[in-house]
Amino acid sequence: MPRPDTFSRLLRQFAQALLFAFMLAGLPAHAGEAAPAADDPVLEKRVTELSELLRCLVCQNQTIADSHADLAIDLKKQIREKLEAGESDKQIVDYMVARYGDFVLYKPPVKATTMILWIGPFVLLAGGLSLLFFKLRKRMRQAQAGETLTDDEQRQAAALLQDGPGGKGAAR
Amino acid sequence: MIPELGSFSLALALALALVQGILPIVGAARGDARLMGVARPAAHGQFVFVALAFACQIAGFVNNDFSVLNVATNSNSALPLEYRVAASWGSHEGSLLLWALMLNGWTVAVTVFSRHLPEQVAARVVGVMGLIGVGFLAFMLITSNPFDRLLPAAADGRDLNPLLQDPGMVFHPPMLYMGYVGFSVAFAFSIAALLGGQLDAAWARWSRPWTTVAWVSLTLGICLGSYWAYYELGWGGWWFWDPVENASFLPWLVGTALMHSLAVTEKRGTFKSWTVLLAISAFSLSLLGTFLVRSGVLTSVHAFATDPRRGVFILGLLVLVIGGSLLLFAWRAPKVGLGGSFGVVSRESALLTNNALLSVAAASVLLGTLYPLFLDALKLGKISVGPPYFDAVFVPLMTPVLFLMAIAPFARWKNDTVPALAVRLRWAFGVALVSALLLPLALGAWSPMVALGLFLSLWIFATSAQHLYLRLRGKAAEGTAGSRLRAIPGGWWGMWLAHIGIGVTVIGITLVKGYEQNLDVKMTTGDTAHLAGYTFKFMGVSERNGPNFVAASALIEVTRDGKPVAMMKPEKRMYKVQQMPMTEGAIDPGFTRDLYISMGEPLPGTEAWIVRIFYKPFVGWIWWGAIFMGIGGLIAAADKRYRKLAERAATRRPATPAAAPAPAR
Amino acid sequence: MGRYLIPLGLFVVLVGFLAVGLNLNPRELPSPLIDKPAPAFKVPQLHALDKTIARDDLKGKVWLLNVWASWCVSCRQEHPVLVELAKSNAVPIYGLNYKDQREAGLAWLNQHGNPYVISAFDQDGRVGIDFGVYGVPETFLIDKNGIIRYKHTGPVTPDAVQNLILPKVKELNAAS
Repeated sequence: MPRPDTFSRLLRQFAQALLFAFMLAGLPAHAGEAAPAADDPVLEKRVTELSELLRCLVCQNQTIADSHADLAIDLKKQIREKLEAGESDKQIVDYMVARYGDFVLYKPPVKATTMILWIGPFVLLAGGLSLLFFKLRKRMRQAQAGETLTDDEQRQAAALLQDGPGGKGAAR
Repeated sequence: MIPELGSFSLALALALALVQGILPIVGAARGDARLMGVARPAAHGQFVFVALAFACQIAGFVNNDFSVLNVATNSNSALPLEYRVAASWGSHEGSLLLWALMLNGWTVAVTVFSRHLPEQVAARVVGVMGLIGVGFLAFMLITSNPFDRLLPAAADGRDLNPLLQDPGMVFHPPMLYMGYVGFSVAFAFSIAALLGGQLDAAWARWSRPWTTVAWVSLTLGICLGSYWAYYELGWGGWWFWDPVENASFLPWLVGTALMHSLAVTEKRGTFKSWTVLLAISAFSLSLLGTFLVRSGVLTSVHAFATDPRRGVFILGLLVLVIGGSLLLFAWRAPKVGLGGSFGVVSRESALLTNNALLSVAAASVLLGTLYPLFLDALKLGKISVGPPYFDAVFVPLMTPVLFLMAIAPFARWKNDTVPALAVRLRWAFGVALVSALLLPLALGAWSPMVALGLFLSLWIFATSAQHLYLRLRGKAAEGTAGSRLRAIPGGWWGMWLAHIGIGVTVIGITLVKGYEQNLDVKMTTGDTAHLAGYTFKFMGVSERNGPNFVAASALIEVTRDGKPVAMMKPEKRMYKVQQMPMTEGAIDPGFTRDLYISMGEPLPGTEAWIVRIFYKPFVGWIWWGAIFMGIGGLIAAADKRYRKLAERAATRRPATPAAAPAPAR
Repeated sequence: MGRYLIPLGLFVVLVGFLAVGLNLNPRELPSPLIDKPAPAFKVPQLHALDKTIARDDLKGKVWLLNVWASWCVSCRQEHPVLVELAKSNAVPIYGLNYKDQREAGLAWLNQHGNPYVISAFDQDGRVGIDFGVYGVPETFLIDKNGIIRYKHTGPVTPDAVQNLILPKVKELNAAS
């Protein structure tokens, strides 16, 4: 939600621009190649890339790049100035973290508290697949052992394996 | 008067839901046909009253009754009629009512199509759905009554959030809720099976079409939401890994696993307890999503206005529904038995592996979504988990899923070998690999991610083509190619089309991520800009008055090699009531690319505007893929098999559940 | 049934977190600047643009820095509390007039009372960014050595003054 003054400022700009458009409608249009919106498009690209990694603090869940909130615009300005001054991406990110904490980073830093977050999925993957493999193998052996049984016997065997202490132990 | 009628209907619906939730389940336990017979009439009655309440709510919005709090906060007399109707489910209260209506719709469908089910199963399924209904109706009446009055009445409403004033938003929530709530059917079937202790191939066959239809709704609901974000948010993003998006994606991932797991349980009588767990999880995750959106524990772009009482109530509901069903699972599932056996390399194990991978993917998305909450609750600091994290984790997890997805249909049931599979698929693999390595060069720039994405989708296409060819050539003795084509069952076509849909979506994602171009320019009348071979000429800006907004509407002529391509009209709108500026992008959709233009700010003191132009190759394929998946799902759900089964069962009641396929010999 | 209880166990843990989560505010951010030196600044004074105020001018005393603006709606809510606190002389309050029009800021103080010893004028919001300001009003408690000891986000309430700010002020004044 923009602040009231943001809104009135936008409204003012909006009205002005429309007015200009009408005033100039009668004039012969000049034709030319449109100028890039930024004085330095290469720099602007870096600004955008960096601001896509940073969270707008006053918004619900948006990057600084997407947000039109005043603070986001100010921070983009800061990023631009710092890049112009030759600071590295890392320096700028550190600058933001020093002020707003890890919360501004959409890519959480790898540290003790985020270990589970970063390696969790791959531990789950490895664990899940190896568990699956061993279960499948066990199952195949059980099935082969059951080859010679009748259906009824098999059912009994399955029930025993499930409920018996052996079944429990194997399950853990 | 109408709002009071709505409230009263809800109260009556709650009473009927209680009856529907308790008597049939007790009846099924005691074998009392009279009590079980209550299920259907109670469900129909509940549906009538919830529908009446829903109609009352829409009437309030259509008639601009600003003495109703929900209408006053979410509508406005200047809002066009279609959005006044849609606004009725734009709010927390209204969307709950929609949820309840969907639940009742599904229940009625179950009562209609369950004539061939054993009476006990039908009574239990309808009863479980009644209990879910009790939870939601009570939640609504106690904490979020959509008919609460506002005294004194407001002169006019605060209007619907402009972001939601869009055709996409009219259809997106109902579609999505169809999916969420649809999983309640598979859930109810599972609970009924656990209660009755009868978990067999017949159970899987009954659950399958319901699960598939719910999955189709969810797929299309997510697709609509993504497309809406694409054209409405003004810069062409289509997926943000926002907690609320994740909340819809989680049941989708688990639902996808469930569909496949049900297939194996039906065909081979295996994976039973795993399938039940997936059915419980899919619906549980839908409920969890509701909690996340409505309790305010996570910050999201989409979150509803929150109230701590609601959070406590939904959490209680989660504990009852999910906790209760998991307890039941722990108690009854161990008695389910093992089922048929199969080898480490077989279609069963391929499907089970994909199941495990999809579940790991879902668990990872859940972990990423909730991790900020975990850390905060443990007082370990505040962090944000956003797209860079999910991209980094999700791509490696999904790569094997997509790879295996193409193989599974070729693997034989019971037992197969890797060399045999490799021989069968060597040509498809070679073609996909070589084209994936070369194509990016032809497209301009080679990058490993593009090559990987292309390989996976081409691999899916190549194997699908081969599969169709084998099907047609297969039983060479019988009939012509045409008759063989007709002999292929709907279930197979559905799978085939849905898999191709995945490939189509992957192509879209890969190419738009790899080759998107954009340009930010200052434009005044007569200026031209060039991007990706297209010429964009700014023809000027005019003012346009909408019903509840003013817009600066630009006209941009697009040409390519001097030939006209499109006239595009991006707008910058100011919504008067909510005082919110909105960017209304203009899109020229195409088969191989979209052109997308959005207006930035006017430059103060000049007549120039900042204009953002995007060239998005193949972006439309992302949603076309989802539509393929949806159509595939519908074809599979309509497979004649299910109907034949229903007819057969109906003629020899009481139906003995179809025997599970005999264990392997 | 051991392994069949695993899903239930995971769910119980999840519910525990969700229940704790209900009582947390995901929008409230702890400042990483707590127990770190306040960022250096040197900006004009709101009432006298020719004079400046800097962080180091305030070394040796415990002080409050209140970030405010005339456009900020909830500042109006906390203002009487600050005026009251200023009258009690318990701790000097310095203002940081954040991204404001000077005339509007002065008029606002005339109308609502001026609790500030001096208001710094941070027209472009640079000082605010250095302090990690993301929502006005915000209030920082800074000790004799220029270290930030406490931060209050949002309007200061009488309750927060009595139970959080004043005890900390006392403690910091007692420290050398």
